[in-house]
Amino acid sequence: MSVLVDKADLSLKYTAHYNEVKDELFANSSDILNAQRKKAFQNFVLQGIPTRKNENYKYTNLNPAFVPDFKFIHTREEKKADMSEVFRCDVPQLNTNLALVFNGWFYKNETEKGDLPEGVILDSLESISKDRPELLEKYASLANVEEDPMVALNTAFAKDGFFLYVPKNVVVESPVQIINLLQDEKDTFSTQRNFILVEDGAKVQVLLCDHTLNLNQYLNNSVTEIFAGNNAEVEFYTLQNQHNKATNINSVFIDQQRDSRVTTHTASLHGGLIRNNLQFALNGENAEAHMFGMAFMDKKQHVDNFTQVIHAAPHCESNQIYKNVLDEKSTGAFSGRIHVVRDAQKTNAFQRNNNLLLTDEATMQTKPQLIIDADDVKCSHGATVGQIDEEALFYLRARGINEDQARLMMMNAFAHEVVKEIKLEPLRDRIDELVDKRLKGEVSRCHDCAYQCDC
Amino acid sequence: MLKIKDLYASVEGMEILKGINLEVKPGEVHAIMGPNGSGKSTLANVLAGKEDYEITKGEVIFEGEDLLDKSPEERAKDGIFLSFQYPVEIPGVPMVNFLKTSVNEHRKHKGLKELTAGEFLKLMREKMDLVDMHTKLTNRMVNEGFSGGEKKKNEIFQMALLEPKLAILDETDSGLDIDALKTVANGVNALKSPERSTIVVTHYQRLLDYIVPDFVHILYQGKIVKTAGKELAFQLEEKGYDWIKSENGN
Repeated sequence: MSVLVDKADLSLKYTAHYNEVKDELFANSSDILNAQRKKAFQNFVLQGIPTRKNENYKYTNLNPAFVPDFKFIHTREEKKADMSEVFRCDVPQLNTNLALVFNGWFYKNETEKGDLPEGVILDSLESISKDRPELLEKYASLANVEEDPMVALNTAFAKDGFFLYVPKNVVVESPVQIINLLQDEKDTFSTQRNFILVEDGAKVQVLLCDHTLNLNQYLNNSVTEIFAGNNAEVEFYTLQNQHNKATNINSVFIDQQRDSRVTTHTASLHGGLIRNNLQFALNGENAEAHMFGMAFMDKKQHVDNFTQVIHAAPHCESNQIYKNVLDEKSTGAFSGRIHVVRDAQKTNAFQRNNNLLLTDEATMQTKPQLIIDADDVKCSHGATVGQIDEEALFYLRARGINEDQARLMMMNAFAHEVVKEIKLEPLRDRIDELVDKRLKGEVSRCHDCAYQCDC
Repeated sequence: MLKIKDLYASVEGMEILKGINLEVKPGEVHAIMGPNGSGKSTLANVLAGKEDYEITKGEVIFEGEDLLDKSPEERAKDGIFLSFQYPVEIPGVPMVNFLKTSVNEHRKHKGLKELTAGEFLKLMREKMDLVDMHTKLTNRMVNEGFSGGEKKKNEIFQMALLEPKLAILDETDSGLDIDALKTVANGVNALKSPERSTIVVTHYQRLLDYIVPDFVHILYQGKIVKTAGKELAFQLEEKGYDWIKSENGN
């Protein structure tokens, strides 16, 4: 029985695996990535697979997700997906620069050249870390292997992912879209490490779409580090649409310099277990951070959004709105930590988490946490957990709108506050459509997706 | 059109309606008056199908069919319209979507073709003039940020769009200044027809200066204790509700 496998056994299993594949991990990889592996793995073992005993994972036990005998892909495989089919998976009317990450490995779009401006790099981390190590060296790693076991494990295993570089003052007009696919005949553990470096005064929009293409079990452990230079502007959209047997651990670390503006949108439409770690470090004055999240869960799905905003410089602003709609026996958690360090005066930090429970069996945990070490700041937080407003429902029904449709209108309305913040209009329309389908109980895949998989 | 026979209703075990009898014929305007807590709003809500109330006895026949068996949406589509005393704000639901869905549900029920967005906007513009409705309101979310008067106007605007057989106006005059009251009343009167009936639920006589009733009923402690013509409203205005209370042994 898998549930009986205890944590120590699992840790041993992973240690045995690491020792077995060590040479493979180091082979063909850059010094910069290899330098951290050993220490990172030790840190993973030290901290262990996160369970509820870990304060930061209080609402999510990852132990069961580690039980299956996964296939690991530590060496680049021949790509199996047909690229021209994959790249049909775009957002209509949205002219994007597309790239593919397949089971954690980056594959360039050879069929179509995007219109990336001169100097912009969208490539594989594997090759960039070898060919242009100075780009990575310039930025100290944000993801701390001592603070999160999943980040440690990612650092130990990471060999590839996407690398996006936007040089100083360059504005990328068309969004960069990364299609992130999981597909294998075996249950698969995938690791990816992504970097987005946006230099001073540069501007870019990135859309990351997570999909699973068949019904095997997946554990995806990804880390993305985003650096926004002075007056840089980044919009980072994540669309999570995976099946019920997928576990998605997604950690995003963002470093913001003076006058920069970064917006993240995390839309969790589908997934067995989703854990989103999002950490913002506002390191320069006047930086602005906006975090939006929405999740729609049913059956026994679980979503846990864990945000941390570190206000390390004065006159910064952060703003978070997270909304969850939980149906059937699904569970959700939101923990939002705002840390205003000493001297980060005139900080403006705002946080809100609203949750709609559609059944008596769905549960939600919400935990705001403010740590304030400065004395001239404005911080606020609020959380609600509730049902659909019966008065409003009656109002709609009294105008001839049937109950199901009225509920749907109300749920869409609930989500809309977050959807409307999506600045890319075609993407907003697409997400509106996906959310509507999701709430209607239809499979929310893109209608023109080549993979009409039943997942 | 509407026949209420010996209707009893309670909420959370407390009996509020205690044997209501009322018949409304096509084209008639009935006013239901009464002191606070007499059951006026309960009656309006029970007719519209609010589920908080338990019907313990009696029946309601609307157009020859048992009304109490039907869901609120079925009643609405059959032609019953409740103008709410406190129209609820629904953030995130745009007015235009709401109104279009509502109108098209009614049309489907009547076997008519659904209106396209263009056709609907045309209809909407026509009806907006009737109650002096402004696009700055129809461009918003349902009732969101509307003043008390604007909310009531919006109710009558919806009534104009849906063209019900029976309109129940629940305290439509409450919270309105005299100008808003006139606008709302003009809207109601413009919709008057030999087939359309209206029940005006009100605490005060002043709305009845503008919407002239054929019958005035006084509801007291869950029962209709007096029925007469429009002169009853003036009498009530003059003597106050204490008159009714003392006549009924309180």
